[in-house]
Amino acid sequence: MLEAVPTTEAYLMLSGTLFAIGLVGVIIRRNMITVLMAIELMMNAVNINLVAFSHRFASLEGQIFTIFIITVAAGEAAVGLAIIIQLYRLKSTINVDEARELNG
Amino acid sequence: MTHTLLPVLIMMLIAVVVGVVMLALAWFVGGHARTASKQEPYESGVPSLDENRKRVNVRFYQIAMLFILFDIEAAFLYPWAVIYREASTGAQGMFLFGEMLVFIVLLAVGYVYVWKKKAFDF
Amino acid sequence: MNWNDMIYILPEVILTIGASAMLLVPVTGGRGAKLSAKWMMIILLAITAGALIYCSHAVENIDQSRQLQAMFALDGFSIFFKLLFIGAIAMLVMLSEDFLAEGKYSPWEYYSLLGFALCGMMFMASGVHLITIYIGLELLSLSSYILAGFYKSELKSTEAAMKYFILGAVSSAILLYGISLIYGVCGSLNLLDIAAAMSTIVTNDALMFGIMLLGAGLCFKIAAVPFHVWTPDVYEGAPTPIAAFLSTGSKAAAFAIFARIFYTGLHDFHLEWNYVLATISALSMIIGNLAAITQDNVKRMLGYSSIAHAGYVLLGVISLNALGLRGILMYSVVYVFANLGIWATVLMLRRHQYAGERVDDFEGLSRRSPLWAFAMVIFLLSLGGIPPTAGFIGKYFLFAAAVQAGFGWLAVIAVLMSAVSMFYYLRLVVAMYLREGVEAEFAITTPLRIVAGICLVVTLALGIVPSSLIDQAVLSSSHVAAHAALTPHAGR
Repeated sequence: MLEAVPTTEAYLMLSGTLFAIGLVGVIIRRNMITVLMAIELMMNAVNINLVAFSHRFASLEGQIFTIFIITVAAGEAAVGLAIIIQLYRLKSTINVDEARELNG
Repeated sequence: MTHTLLPVLIMMLIAVVVGVVMLALAWFVGGHARTASKQEPYESGVPSLDENRKRVNVRFYQIAMLFILFDIEAAFLYPWAVIYREASTGAQGMFLFGEMLVFIVLLAVGYVYVWKKKAFDF
Repeated sequence: MNWNDMIYILPEVILTIGASAMLLVPVTGGRGAKLSAKWMMIILLAITAGALIYCSHAVENIDQSRQLQAMFALDGFSIFFKLLFIGAIAMLVMLSEDFLAEGKYSPWEYYSLLGFALCGMMFMASGVHLITIYIGLELLSLSSYILAGFYKSELKSTEAAMKYFILGAVSSAILLYGISLIYGVCGSLNLLDIAAAMSTIVTNDALMFGIMLLGAGLCFKIAAVPFHVWTPDVYEGAPTPIAAFLSTGSKAAAFAIFARIFYTGLHDFHLEWNYVLATISALSMIIGNLAAITQDNVKRMLGYSSIAHAGYVLLGVISLNALGLRGILMYSVVYVFANLGIWATVLMLRRHQYAGERVDDFEGLSRRSPLWAFAMVIFLLSLGGIPPTAGFIGKYFLFAAAVQAGFGWLAVIAVLMSAVSMFYYLRLVVAMYLREGVEAEFAITTPLRIVAGICLVVTLALGIVPSSLIDQAVLSSSHVAAHAALTPHAGR
């Protein structure tokens, strides 16, 4: 069973696990910074998928997309951090549950 | 589909069972001495000097935010630099060079904005 | 690829340069500060629209498949949506004047963010490659997150931004995971290549899972049930002009990519996804309309009503025929104009920051401003789909498409729910005409009057003489419909 090169299936299992961990993290964690990290985890799971498929098809498309996703993820993290800082300045907390001004 | 995932299921079951059994054994067999030193993170080490869950200054996040933004752009420079020598023949070369120039200029716009907004001043 | 290919994205290039320049105006000395940000933005939008029309004529005779290595299509479909977006943003600029006149926030940053959002929307309309579509979507989303939190000193606004950001980022990740699985099965990210690959393969789990995740991500962006929870909160918390933007322009852009992806890319797996989408559509119409009845806050009510409208537009995607595609195009126009008119009224009644948005605030409007109350009735009738207005034409096409595709039961639900929606729209009419209002101050400014006037004229004109819109929709959708292998004259 042991192979020198992991199969695409192995990468898919890894990325699926990472994605699930990220999704669960977003749902159960209350700290905004942790939520942000969980979102990054989900995006990186996608990157693993894309690179694995790109390797399998020997096409560059997936890898190019990965670079774009990394960049967008950085932009998203920056905007997220900016919102967190603003929330902290107004409320002195970054707990998602304590943001209850809007009923929902 | 189902039979290929069966080993994973068995492995997860075993993992859960082993974990539960070990915790239960430790609870039932081991003694319970609740002293103050038991509650510390490093029971037999050097006493901690400070809390480990300290609040970080908000400014730290601001710097971190700007750092990621400008740092990650190198991701586009690398692939460009790798193919530039081969691909840059004739008019195509000017095009590739110009494209990267456009990219850098757009980054510079962001940099000037952040700089003039005094986000680097402390 | 060379400089000549840039003609395809000339409008976007101009818009990007303009928006970047506007970002730098307030920080580079006082000379620019004397200029009016609003007029600069209007001029920029006019130049962009001009460039778009020029480009569409210039590339008319060029082979459509070679465009920028088939990442970006300047076809009738995208031009139709791009002009709609530019128009919507221009009206939003007019609506934003009072909000910015309070002086606490920099208009230059606000308008440059709107410009970047518009750029993202234009890329979404033109994207025929999942990378282009995704980048456009993120450009729009990132700008919207910031705009939703633009009242920096208001907790409500920051909270709305936070909710929108978390849910938006998660949905983007889900959408991406779906895209990665589709790439894994089809071996390409280009929609036409995906369609070609799909015509040769049989159903498999990974592909189904990928399509479902992609659909879930897109449903979040158009706010369809069960991915709708953010909508009322974000509309309530965000500054009113931004809520108007999220419910009109941003939503129309999401409709555009929804139609493009499902019509061009995934049509071969129609039987696998259409019942799932039909369920989502039915739930959106039912839950959106029923929840709207109980709302006292007009912004929240419009939030739920926009969920219901996402359900109607989904009918056009599910039916997957030429009629449905035309319906999506027309309904986007109709919906944007009627909704902007209502938002203009909400803004007019707004006295400071968040006031003027309860149903009570509409009381007695007919006596204070009869003409405005009449315009408001027309907008509400249009959203409800009552005949002399444009809303009827849009709904007619969508419902007819659903019936033609064998989704009669869904059309029945849609008609019933339209009737339910009239209940809460009429609540506003009753408040305006039959109740004595407090003599609250309100300011009808010229920009608001212009926007409401344009919306009124368009809503009535397209309702009474719909042929021009129908012809335009037929023309614009023909290219996309041809890719989906639909007979262009089906159902006429």
